Amino acid sequence: MTPTPLLSVRNLTKHFPVKSGLFRRTLGVVQAVDAVSFDVLPGETLGVVGESGCGKSTTARLLVRLTEPDSGEITFDGAQIGGRDGPSLRDLRRRMQMVFQDSYASLNPRLPVGMSVAYGPFAHGLHRAEALERAAMLLEAVGLDPARYAHRYPHELSGGQRQRVNIARALAIEPRVVILDEAVSALDKSVAAQVLNLLVDLKERFQLTYVFISHDLGVVRYLSDRVLVMYLGKVVEVGPVSEVWAHPRHPYSRALLAAMPTMDPSRRITEALLTGDPPNPINPPSGCRFRTRCRFAEEVCARREPPLRMLDATDHAAACHMLAPDTGHSLAGGGAEQVGQAPAVGPTR
Amino acid sequence: MSALATSLGVSATWAPVVSVRDLRVRFVTREGTVRAVNGVSFDLVPGEVLGILGESGSGKSVTLRALMGLLSGDRVRVEGEMRVAGFDIGRLTEAQTAALRGRTIAMIFQEPMLTLDPLYTIGEQIEETVIRHEHVTRQTAHARALELLEMVQIPGGARRLKAYPHEMSGGMRQRAMIAIALSCRPAILLADEPTTALDVTVQIQILLLLRRLQRELGMAVIFVTHDVGAAVEVADRLAVMYAGRFMEMGPMDAVIRSPRHPYTQGLLASTVHGSFHDHRVEAIPGMPPALIELAPGCPFAPRCRYVEDRCVATDPPDRSVGADHVARCVRASED
Repeated sequence: MTPTPLLSVRNLTKHFPVKSGLFRRTLGVVQAVDAVSFDVLPGETLGVVGESGCGKSTTARLLVRLTEPDSGEITFDGAQIGGRDGPSLRDLRRRMQMVFQDSYASLNPRLPVGMSVAYGPFAHGLHRAEALERAAMLLEAVGLDPARYAHRYPHELSGGQRQRVNIARALAIEPRVVILDEAVSALDKSVAAQVLNLLVDLKERFQLTYVFISHDLGVVRYLSDRVLVMYLGKVVEVGPVSEVWAHPRHPYSRALLAAMPTMDPSRRITEALLTGDPPNPINPPSGCRFRTRCRFAEEVCARREPPLRMLDATDHAAACHMLAPDTGHSLAGGGAEQVGQAPAVGPTR
Repeated sequence: MSALATSLGVSATWAPVVSVRDLRVRFVTREGTVRAVNGVSFDLVPGEVLGILGESGSGKSVTLRALMGLLSGDRVRVEGEMRVAGFDIGRLTEAQTAALRGRTIAMIFQEPMLTLDPLYTIGEQIEETVIRHEHVTRQTAHARALELLEMVQIPGGARRLKAYPHEMSGGMRQRAMIAIALSCRPAILLADEPTTALDVTVQIQILLLLRRLQRELGMAVIFVTHDVGAAVEVADRLAVMYAGRFMEMGPMDAVIRSPRHPYTQGLLASTVHGSFHDHRVEAIPGMPPALIELAPGCPFAPRCRYVEDRCVATDPPDRSVGADHVARCVRASED
């Protein structure tokens, strides 16, 4: 039995033109997100990992329409966002909320944090007293005693406390999906651990679904059920987190995981699998975008873009010519199982 | 160097190459006096890599800046003894400290864009450093710059020397900064979170590069980081810093495998690594103390699960918990 996805993304694309000079000529195009497709299942945490410029934050902003996509479809609970009978933007924001990395920039500095949390429900039609009551309940839920903290201003709180307020605010209008964009990345380790535990508890208590975006692989592994690996605006691999960690199939995922310090004094890393920095997302390489850093790159990799293919029965998919038969790559067909050209990825087949 | 040594009447004894005793740094602000470093002591021998692990505000970067002689002004109070290559940093003049920098001690930072001059090419900046410290011709300096780029593995040497900092990627800028820091072959390299702003695949390249250069050049390195993983990759010895103090110091394996201070234990347990969410991370409750009104006693006491009356009463002394391994905790003992 496969559950119906709560959020379904198909061919999501966003290109930013780079303009310069007196006449604002277009010098190039940043293909921030290019034909990205994935599903988010109800109740799961989907982790999104990748390095700077891979498009993970743009993807998050496209999901909640802080940025308008160039093309592609987003379906929420079976209804297409922006479609004729689908939910409006206002409805969408009510069901999907976002928490950002910079806890200070995301709060109004002139509003006590209790008011910040109450603002959303108030704007969505609750009476003032009810909204404040809900704010108090949520501050309590994120571990901040409302009697002590509700009247404080953002600058009077620590980074960890401010991030708790942001989480309370995101939950205040009872969303079903919370998108966490590097939400614990700016916090110190000991404080980040508290917030991570809080996120696990809140998810259970409020029946939430998370999209958790981070460059920190350790944190993603800890929190996620499935993980999406992105590189230069493309999804290169997606699968259950345990499966991807144990058997990463895309050469980029393998290199990324191998670059992660082991924290084991007897297993220090002796070799970097990748050299150089991620390339500039302006005018990315043809074919497979990873080929310029891939040690297995062949002629076919420059010529054709590898589609994301389902690999086996574990809902694990990757986009690499080596993983499918008859692609023309000398190492092709390494046990991959072709499932046609369908871009859809996820447990639904 | 030898001229400077003679003029100061110091014999340059090279063991240990850095020696710090009871370093204290306070910043006077309008809100009060911030006690950033509160009695730090350590020795660094030639060729050794000391990792200083700590969260923000623990005083790790301030310690490095003090060693580099970068803390000056009316609002800074630096106390204690710091000897670098035999010289007492506190008693040197500004000019003498400047002479030590580059040839004896050099520093790299988290953000190369703040260190590199945006108006000059990488080549000009390396040559400038070499000429200023070694009084060689521009030609010699140019050859040296090429050699340095090769050493830090920046491909396309001659062409790259003509590049401006903004034309380089983050990883390449970090390498260029390392090249400048190493241009006069310092005996001591201070590294302040040099890999923190980098992507994980680039971070490991820089860590491996630093490890290789440290070995090849026989430098002593102090590597400051908040990242346990990075510290494990480079350090021989590890100091764990909290509220301006070393809470624990010892051989890196010993500190990581059998941490003896409750703070170290908490920090390692709260670092999510290799675990799935079926078992919870153990977080340390509360947050680090404000350094303005630091209460007497152990600064970790308010967050410590083992806290006792004696922790609050007096500052715990360093206790030996193993070979070359100390922990600043009343409960710590040899077994």
